[in-house]
Amino acid sequence: MNKLCFMSCLFGVFLNLFPFNPAAAEEKLRLTGSGASFPFPLYSAWFKNYSRDHKDANIDYQAKGSGAGVLDFINRTVDFAASDAAMTPDEIAKVEGGAVLLPMTAGEIVISYNLPGNPQGLKLSRDVYPDIFLGKITRWNDARIQSANAGLKLPDLPITVVRRADSSGTTFVFTHHLGAVSPSWRQGPGAGTTVNWPSSDKIVAAPKNDGVTATIKQTPGAIGYIEYAYAVGARVEMAELQNKAGRFIRPGAESGQATLATAQLPENLIAWVQDPDGEKSYPIATFTWMLFYQRNATPAKAKILRDVVEYGLTEGQKLSTKMGYIPLPENVVSAVRVAARKIQ
Amino acid sequence: MKIFEEDATSTQISRPPAQADYLLDRLFRGLATACAWFLLIVVGLLLGVIGVKAVPAISEYHLGFLTGTTWDVNKQTFGILPEIWGTLYSSILALIIGGFFGVTMAIFLTQDFLPARLALVFRTIVELLAAIPSVVYGFWGIFVVIPAIRPIADWLNAEFGWIPFFGTTLSGPGMLPAALVLAIMILPTVAAVSQDAIRQVPHRIKEAAFGLGATRWEAILRVILPTASTGIFGALVLGFGRALGETMALAMLVGNSNQLSLSLFSPGNTLAALLALNFPEAGEHEVPVLMYAALVLLLITLAVNMVGTAIMTLTSSQMRTDK
Repeated sequence: MNKLCFMSCLFGVFLNLFPFNPAAAEEKLRLTGSGASFPFPLYSAWFKNYSRDHKDANIDYQAKGSGAGVLDFINRTVDFAASDAAMTPDEIAKVEGGAVLLPMTAGEIVISYNLPGNPQGLKLSRDVYPDIFLGKITRWNDARIQSANAGLKLPDLPITVVRRADSSGTTFVFTHHLGAVSPSWRQGPGAGTTVNWPSSDKIVAAPKNDGVTATIKQTPGAIGYIEYAYAVGARVEMAELQNKAGRFIRPGAESGQATLATAQLPENLIAWVQDPDGEKSYPIATFTWMLFYQRNATPAKAKILRDVVEYGLTEGQKLSTKMGYIPLPENVVSAVRVAARKIQ
Repeated sequence: MKIFEEDATSTQISRPPAQADYLLDRLFRGLATACAWFLLIVVGLLLGVIGVKAVPAISEYHLGFLTGTTWDVNKQTFGILPEIWGTLYSSILALIIGGFFGVTMAIFLTQDFLPARLALVFRTIVELLAAIPSVVYGFWGIFVVIPAIRPIADWLNAEFGWIPFFGTTLSGPGMLPAALVLAIMILPTVAAVSQDAIRQVPHRIKEAAFGLGATRWEAILRVILPTASTGIFGALVLGFGRALGETMALAMLVGNSNQLSLSLFSPGNTLAALLALNFPEAGEHEVPVLMYAALVLLLITLAVNMVGTAIMTLTSSQMRTDK
C-alpha cells in the first residue's frame, strides 16, 4: 500500500515536471527579458505565477546584469529588460521606438559584519562607515567606531572590507550613497558599477551577492555591503546606519518605505535617493527599473506587457516584503500605472 | 598467440596494399590535415575577432596598458600589470604544487606500488576531479581551504613576516588559497598525461636497469623519469595552460585586488577573473579595453604553449642525437 502511494506520488511529480499539452503550448506567446540580477528572485516569481495563470503567455527572464540588460534592450534582442541603474539619456536616445522606464520594486543595501561572539546592533555613524570602506579606519576597536557603540565591546581585530568583484548595480547604488555622504569618497573612488577601490591587503573582493555574503561569513572581522534579502537569507548581522537626520536606523521594509516616500519622482520616473531626509529613513535604498519599448512588435505583446506591469503593481507587491524587497509607496504605484499606458 | 599463427599461415601479410587501402589512407590523411588546418583557422579567427574589437583600446592606451596598475572606469584609466602578474604568479604556484603532486601520483600509480585494482580506483578518483565544476571548487575554497590555512598563515606571518612571501596577513581570499585550489584543478590533467608518458616507457628498459643492479628508486628516478621526461613536460605545459585560463574559482578566491605583491597571503587579481567579472556590466568604453586584456591573455597562453612545444622538440631531438 505504501509503495503504491509512493509510486503514484512519484508519477504525479513526474507529470508536473513535464506538462504535456501541445495545444496550449503552441498558442503561447513567448516573451523574453534580461538584465538586473538583484530583483531576479522577485521577478522570476512574478513571471512564473503570471505564466501559470495566463495560458496565452510565457515569460522568461535571464539575470545577466543591468549593463547586459541595457545592451540587449538597445539591440532589441529582448522584449523587455531590467536595470538597477536605470538608463542614461544617451542610452535612452539610442532605443528605436522609444523607451518606457518603470520602477517596479525597490531594495535596501545593508552593511553586514562578522565579529566574534556575533554582537548585534552595531551602530555606524555617517562619518565612520565611508572611512571604513576607504581603508582609513583599520581596526574594530578604533575610538571612532567605539564612540557610537557604548554598550558593545569591540575586539582588537583588523577590519577586512569585502566588496563586489564584478561590476554591479549594488555597487552603483552603494558608491553613490557613499559619495553623497563623504567628500573624500566623492573625490577618491567616486561612483559607478565598478570603482577604483583603495589598494590594500584588507580590501578583498568576491563575485555576486552570494560570494560577498559567503566571504563575510568566513572571515572574522569582515565588513561588506550586500542586498538586504541576501543578508536576511544568510542570517548575517546588519549594522544600523545613521541617516541624514542623525538617527540610527535598522534596515527593514518599514524604514525602506520611509526612504522611498522621500523620493521626488520626475516625469521619466528616474529618481535616486542617495541621502534621504526624514527621521525614519534608512540611508541606502533604491528603486529598480523595468525597461519597455514604447512601440512594440505586435499589439498582443504590448497588451501582455501592460498586463504584467499591472500584475507586478498589485499582486506582485504583496510578494515583495516576504522576499526582502520594499513594496512601492502608493504614489509611485499610481505614477507607474499611468506611465504603463505608453507601452503600445 | 593464436592471432599471430593465423597471420603467418594466411597470405595477407605479404600481399601489397590494395587500391582501397591506398584510398582509405589518403582519405584519412586528408581528413586529419583538414582538421589540423581547421584548428589553426579557429585560433586565427579568435585572435582576429578579439584583435579587431580591441583596436580602439589599443590605439588609445598603447603599451602603457601593460604597465599601468589602476583599473578605474570612472577616470577611464586602465592598466593590467597587476592582472598579468597575478595570472603568472598564481599559475606558477599552482604548477609547482600541482605538478609535484601530479607527477608523484603518476609514478605511484604506474610503478606497481599498489595492487592493480586499487591503482585503478585511485586513478579514477583523480580523473573525477576534472569533472567538478569550477564554481564548486570556488565555494569549497571559501568554506574549507581558507579556514583551514588561516591559522598556518597567521603563524607564518607572525614568525617569518620578514620573508616577502609571508609579508602580509591573510584576509580571506588571496593568492595562496587560489593557488592551492588551482593546483587541485590541474592535478587530473598533469597526473593523467604523465601516467600515459610513463606507461610509454618500454618495460625492457626498466628490466635492463634492474639487470644492471639498480634499485627500484634508482630505476624510477634515473631511467624511467628521464625517458618519459618529454611527455611529463608536455603534461606540465598543459596544466599550466589550464591554470592560466581558469576563471570562476579564481574569481571567487583570489581577492580581485589590483596589487603587485610577492606575499602569498595578499589578495591579487588575474586576467581571466577580470574578464569574467567585468563583461556582464561593461559599457561601450569598457568593452574594447576588456577585449585588449583578453588579447593579452590569449597571447600569454599561446606564448607559453609555443615555448613549451619548442623546448620539447629541442630536447627530444637532442635525445635522438645522443643515441
